[in-house]
Amino acid sequence: MSKLKLIIHREFIAKVRNKSFLIMTFLSPILMVVMGALVVFLMKKNDEKVKDIVYVDASGLFTKANFKDSKTVKYQDYTALGLTETKNKVENGDFYGVLYIPKKDSLELLAKSIEFYSTDSPGMSLMGGLESKVEIHLRNLKLTHFEIDLMQIKASDIDSDIKMFNFSGEESSKLINGLKIAVGAIAGYLLMMFVMIYGTSVMRSVIEEKTSRIVEIIVSSVKPFQLMLGKIIGNASAGLLQFFIWGVLLFLISIVASVVFGVDMVEMQTSKIPADQLNAAKEVVNPDKIQLILQEISRLPILKLFVLFIFYFLGGFFLYSSLFAAVGAAVDNETDTQQFMLPIMLPLILGVYVGFATVMNDPHGPIATIFSIVPFTSPIVMLMRVPFGVSWYELAISMALLIVTFVFMVWIAAKIYRVGILMYGKKPTYKDLYKWIKYKG
Amino acid sequence: MYGKYVSKKLNEKRMNNLLEIKNVVKTYGDFTALNDVSLTIPKGSVFGLLGPNGAGKTSLIRIINQITMQDAGEVYFDGKLLAPNDVEHIGYMPEERGLYKGMKVGEQALYLAQLKGLSKSEAKKRLKYWFDKFDISAWWDKKIEELSKGMAQKVQFIVTVMHKPKLLIFDEPFSGFDPINAQLIAKEILQLRDEGATIIFSTHRMESVEEMCDYIALIDQSNKILEGKLDDIKRAFRTNTFQVGVETANPKEVAARLKQLYAVFPADFRIINEGLKLNVTLKKGENPNDLLSFLTSQGQVQHFVELVPDANEIFIQAVNKNS
Repeated sequence: MSKLKLIIHREFIAKVRNKSFLIMTFLSPILMVVMGALVVFLMKKNDEKVKDIVYVDASGLFTKANFKDSKTVKYQDYTALGLTETKNKVENGDFYGVLYIPKKDSLELLAKSIEFYSTDSPGMSLMGGLESKVEIHLRNLKLTHFEIDLMQIKASDIDSDIKMFNFSGEESSKLINGLKIAVGAIAGYLLMMFVMIYGTSVMRSVIEEKTSRIVEIIVSSVKPFQLMLGKIIGNASAGLLQFFIWGVLLFLISIVASVVFGVDMVEMQTSKIPADQLNAAKEVVNPDKIQLILQEISRLPILKLFVLFIFYFLGGFFLYSSLFAAVGAAVDNETDTQQFMLPIMLPLILGVYVGFATVMNDPHGPIATIFSIVPFTSPIVMLMRVPFGVSWYELAISMALLIVTFVFMVWIAAKIYRVGILMYGKKPTYKDLYKWIKYKG
Repeated sequence: MYGKYVSKKLNEKRMNNLLEIKNVVKTYGDFTALNDVSLTIPKGSVFGLLGPNGAGKTSLIRIINQITMQDAGEVYFDGKLLAPNDVEHIGYMPEERGLYKGMKVGEQALYLAQLKGLSKSEAKKRLKYWFDKFDISAWWDKKIEELSKGMAQKVQFIVTVMHKPKLLIFDEPFSGFDPINAQLIAKEILQLRDEGATIIFSTHRMESVEEMCDYIALIDQSNKILEGKLDDIKRAFRTNTFQVGVETANPKEVAARLKQLYAVFPADFRIINEGLKLNVTLKKGENPNDLLSFLTSQGQVQHFVELVPDANEIFIQAVNKNS
């Protein structure tokens, strides 16, 4: 076996045999599912609780028809009892709250004067629901006042669904846009998590070798660069294995959980997706549209996505973990790492924020484009953009820049690493690191 | 013709030396760690690399181990320029001992042996030999953190020597060992030398230098200030001073007579009977036999020893002179 292979093997085994690794690998998917199930369960429980709301309509403009009961809110007309009495009832806990509609001269004035009394402050959605009910009715009243036929308004409603095409003739839809966002976001987020977890793991492993002083024995047998590379690859392999096991376990546990607890896993996942996409998804949950989803998925450039995912995933991980290795080499213990961690974490976090903020709204806008080319953020941002189709020259520039930066940073990191692993005592400054880079041999 | 002859001659000379360090310079930024240092380490010798803390010993050892590169100068290993593969023929035990704390003894030793180029099966065979020899086979599946410091040191020694390197470098090998184990390790080191290994022995514990070293070099403030056979160096540092003890009825009188003939200094040592105790320094041309016969004529000579400086005194003298 070559020395690099030996090192990779040892790092992999050391990582995988570690108790915390085993616990993390098998416990976290269970925890994730349990937490998810708990959230869904609580939300269900929450929905089951019905709120009784009464209204006192002094204006005489509203009827029960304006306040249709929903699953969670029931309305009752208490106009006859009067506001004061009804308020007392609410205070006694008979009802959740009372909506008071006073009598006013104009609808505009009325719209601003409606009051709601309750013991605890009501949630946004409840108030929104009440406001929209009032608004719809008042608007209809105004329309009638202007002698506009409500039926005509209804009849003039039209729903447009613009079909989107690109010049290679592919048809796309809102649904597939949602899918693209999801695929890109998951890929980018996964990369960030992976870099954070396993980058720091590389760093810790370097610090451990340094504090146990074995590093001097190892580098008398192998080149520091080989050791650093072996560490990075070994940790990455352990990480990929862990991610793979997580994926399999999550899948299995989800099936088991949905059977046992009757918790709908689709519901669980969709609860995290923004509302407009959820609506888009709901529209298609009838059988003949499921075929359409599969069609849409098959239209994503799966192979291209996969290859690019691997490229940016590895490129990003190597770029960052070599920096983590350099930091580990520069310090004597983990508490000293903080000042060097910030500049590494910053572009990583920036990448995720920029990705979520810009790519979703405008995947080919200037900010998204720039950040998908700048090497330190490109792995994350480009991964998010790729599902939307990125021109080949942008990809080429981004990949070339990433490779160049990667090689350059590994070279820099290796320089810091080889000097740092043999330095003890003083906590280095950035100036020291710069000096180390300039050392010959 | 002539040039070829010279280079052949040079090669032959190199073949007798396992390691030749020529004009090596190493700087870290503004700091010079090694200033034009040259050393010759003969095959099959125990070579003491001495010097105060921070003198440059570790820098030199790291260059030999190819952990760092010199800025200038050359290192010849076994007649050829030091090459990357030579690490397989070098065993190095650093002063700051280190092993993976959470790794099992056996696995760790196998890993380190394989990094030195041994096959797994060969490494296993040799480890079994050493573990049996030190009677530590029961530790194979223990983690280093479960062992005592002395036990871990034994493992450290084994992983240093098990690939049968031509060159062994020990940095303070006896620190951390109790006297019994230190003795055991010293014996093993000398046996390895007898089997053909060359040993560099870096220390500032001088009593072990006297015991073990054939050659020494002294490095101080980045410069080599002394190098050679230990006996030769001792001879060069001898002061021609003799410690004498004579049993006589009249010590004061004898002392007065001695003073007229030689340079005499007070001395303090133990002899069984009380009498005259002095240090006598001979000048150039004066013969110790004459001194002895003079003393025998004055009384019964009980003590007559040449004061040869030990390594410690040489060390202190040389360093003081240098600074």
